[in-house]
Amino acid sequence: MTVVTDIKRKQDLCRDVAETSGVKKMSELLKISGLHASIDADGTPKEILRGVDLVIPPGEVHAIMGPNGCGKSTLSYVLAGREEYEVTAGSVSFIGRDLLAMEPEERAAAGLFLAFQSPVELPGVNNANFLRTAVNAVRRARGETELDAVGFLKAVRAATKNLSMSDDMLKRNVNVGFSGGEKKRNEVLQMTMLQPKLAILDETDSGLDVDALRIVAEGVRNLRSPDFSALVITHHQRLLDYLGPDRIHVMAKGRIVRSGGPELAKQIDVEGYASFLAEAA
Amino acid sequence: MNAIAPAGRSLAPFETRLAGLHDSQRKAAAGDLARVGLPGPRIEAWHYTNLRALSAHSFTEPDARFDEQAAHAALEALFPKGSALEKLPRLVLVNGHLAAGLSASAASLPAGVSCLSFASSPEFGTLAAPQRDPLVALNTALASDGVRLSVASGVNAGQIVLVSLALSSSGTVSFHPRHSVALGAEASLTLIEIAAGDDVSDPYFHNPVLTCSVAEKAHFEHVKLQREAGDAIHLATVYADIASHATYESFVLGLGAALARHEVHAGLSGTHAAVHVNGAQLLGDAQVGDITSVIMHGAPDCISRQTVRNVLTDRARAVFQGKVLVERVAQKTDGYQMNQALLLSPGAEIDAKPELEIYADDVRCSHGATVGALDEEQLFYLRSRGIADAHARRILVEAFLIEVTELVQNEAARDFLDGELARALVKRVTTGENLS
Repeated sequence: MTVVTDIKRKQDLCRDVAETSGVKKMSELLKISGLHASIDADGTPKEILRGVDLVIPPGEVHAIMGPNGCGKSTLSYVLAGREEYEVTAGSVSFIGRDLLAMEPEERAAAGLFLAFQSPVELPGVNNANFLRTAVNAVRRARGETELDAVGFLKAVRAATKNLSMSDDMLKRNVNVGFSGGEKKRNEVLQMTMLQPKLAILDETDSGLDVDALRIVAEGVRNLRSPDFSALVITHHQRLLDYLGPDRIHVMAKGRIVRSGGPELAKQIDVEGYASFLAEAA
Repeated sequence: MNAIAPAGRSLAPFETRLAGLHDSQRKAAAGDLARVGLPGPRIEAWHYTNLRALSAHSFTEPDARFDEQAAHAALEALFPKGSALEKLPRLVLVNGHLAAGLSASAASLPAGVSCLSFASSPEFGTLAAPQRDPLVALNTALASDGVRLSVASGVNAGQIVLVSLALSSSGTVSFHPRHSVALGAEASLTLIEIAAGDDVSDPYFHNPVLTCSVAEKAHFEHVKLQREAGDAIHLATVYADIASHATYESFVLGLGAALARHEVHAGLSGTHAAVHVNGAQLLGDAQVGDITSVIMHGAPDCISRQTVRNVLTDRARAVFQGKVLVERVAQKTDGYQMNQALLLSPGAEIDAKPELEIYADDVRCSHGATVGALDEEQLFYLRSRGIADAHARRILVEAFLIEVTELVQNEAARDFLDGELARALVKRVTTGENLS
């Protein structure tokens, strides 16, 4: 514990130095330190995250890979603010703010976006209305002017065209009767419209055919800029080939057990997770 | 037990008025009522909806005069310029009296449509029987006005709005309008009925009875908004007879009153007739809202559909009673009944009682009920997109109710209900309280 505190202090010092020396650029958009989280399993807490440490600088794409049940989705839910998970130790800072103290809607306004692994269906909620409500809620919170019906329509038409989505999908209820691929595209559409600083893509590539995968990856690539980072949770090399990640992290048993360059993903593709699991044990 | 005293509640709140009746039909109804009293909780049909609130007052007959300015203001609030119903022909009652000055003239109604006032030509008809139903008996004894609409065979009468406004009067009043709608063969009509009483200071009691006779191949859509004042009691009864290949399609949206009941008795008397008794309620505080239906399949090949959704906050309570009676001749009956409730606070309650009584052997009847809280996953999904908690809850509640208002075929009526619903949601769903 003392070690972590020391490191934190050192990093705080570094940032202070950076700020005082007039360097505005933050070296870390997201910083997760010693994060522990558990979920209630029939009355007893079950620990799923067991000390996650991770830093994502602005403008970078990072990937998390790891076997099923290692805590990848839990991490994404905890970051987005799902209340079922209890954070028992550790901290998360996002653009210098205490992320864990923020409500889910505040996190979205601050620029965090989670593309759900299983996008939720909202019967009776029109997709276009939903999207416009979300965009304007976020714009209001960011001190930007709201989009009127015309402005919104223009923006959303441009986005749907890029994602090869039909206008029909905007008229339907949110995700109701959507195919797996349509749901994932709808997530990327929301991401495009909400203009996040950090997008967490939780297996957005799962269940997609090759063409859909290319369209989704294209949607993410279009957002790449010095102000946009992504944390991509995936099992597959193919999405990473499209995105060209800066760093790969391997997660096992609730912790990041190895971090490295893109070559790490290729190693996993060949060898599997066995050696990493041994490390985590 | 005293064999002479009625089992039900005392008629004291109406005593003076009931004693002063002259007309033989009204006196007979008062006699029917005196025999049984107003229904108490031991009467099966009134087990969940207690009328004790009626006993707290003495209800007098409202004055026929009213504050015209207040009436105009109330109508403008209901039908703002450019709104869906603004231009439709309108019949307006104020405190139970038909107000000619606020209503469409007979000449301005579509050709083939006639409208008489009950006051000028009282006619009770035979559909609603005082002997069987105490609230019909009370209405029959005390009815002073109402509208009698009829649509000639083959005429499409379009849409007509029937408004019952409650305005502040002297003391606690009750009004008992008697309405009837008769559609000739192959006629059609959409009746948009509104019971509103926004700023009435005293409690009042609105006890309308509507009888509908829908002849062969006619189509009657009846859309009702109940938005009475917060202290009001609203007990409405509808009796409908639906002939062969005819349809009675009804929808009620219940938002107001302290105590409300919308009771529909629909008789499918000819083959291939259809009835829809759909509805929605959004209630808060200590409101009680009851939707009760009795559907009688008296002929083969008929269809009945009931979908009712309730959203309840605070200590509100909703009651759903749906009885489907399928007589021996009514083979190939297709009946469906679904009652759903969303409870938004631990003190809210729903009582649902489906009843199937089937004497035919080749029928398809189903019923179901669900009760639940808002879906946490859906709520989180909305919030994760930047939508604040209370707003997200409103979106989900509205979606739940819009899925039933969508059953209203008439677009103007549906838009009107959705607008009323959106306004009520802002008032009712403000906090993040939910069942844990």
